[in-house]
Amino acid sequence: MTFDQIKKHLKTKTVGIAGCGGLGSNCAVALARVGVGRLVIADFDIVTAGNLNRQYFFLDQVGQMKTDALKENIRRIDPDIVVEEVEEKLTQETIPDVFGSCDVVVEAFDLADQKEMLINTMLKAFPQKPLVIGLGMAGWGKSDLIHYRRSDNIHVCGDEVSEISDEIPPLAPRVGMVANMQANVVVEILLAISD
Amino acid sequence: MRITLNNRVEELEGDRLTVTELLKVKNFTFKMLIIKINGRLIEKPDYDSSEIVEGDDVQVLHLISGG
Repeated sequence: MTFDQIKKHLKTKTVGIAGCGGLGSNCAVALARVGVGRLVIADFDIVTAGNLNRQYFFLDQVGQMKTDALKENIRRIDPDIVVEEVEEKLTQETIPDVFGSCDVVVEAFDLADQKEMLINTMLKAFPQKPLVIGLGMAGWGKSDLIHYRRSDNIHVCGDEVSEISDEIPPLAPRVGMVANMQANVVVEILLAISD
Repeated sequence: MRITLNNRVEELEGDRLTVTELLKVKNFTFKMLIIKINGRLIEKPDYDSSEIVEGDDVQVLHLISGG
């Protein structure tokens, strides 16, 4: 497939991004660059200076809503991409409505209990919808531990062992690897859908 | 019995195990888990009553923070 063919196919697709932090912001930008037509981006938080070591934001965006800042950054890459912002903390009640129209959903939350809530809610509401989750990306090095595996409609990206802590912070290179791996899986899923 | 656990074949003692028993045998002590048996989501309240038998495909996702 040529890039024009790829872009034409992706133009008709919608991807949901649950969380616009290290995983979500980088994954969304990668998907925007290849031309995914519509992105539903959800986050309730603002950009802080501490986020800049890994998240796709800039110093002059500190204090803005992450969804607003990410939408602007995507617009600067490709103004034709439709970006739908959801500025709220997602719950079991709201998730089915927020992501119902998406072809694929990317789990990009920070906390384990929130990941559990999202995955459980999605599996119950949409047992077949592809869900690409990020699991284990803290620290540096250990590139060989990062992997991809699939369990039915759940696609797992990460090393599945490196949990964040004060001594093992999340950093741009490794977070970016997993975020881009998630985007890569999304593209593979979308290109396999026939129009 | 022989089951598939996270895409790997595992040989386990006995004919059947509940999810709670499997987690104990495999030393899965983490709290945040997503468990599927043959593609069916098993929720936490059902860990004691859901049984795994010969040939089952079991997927266990251990959720950790970071993102």
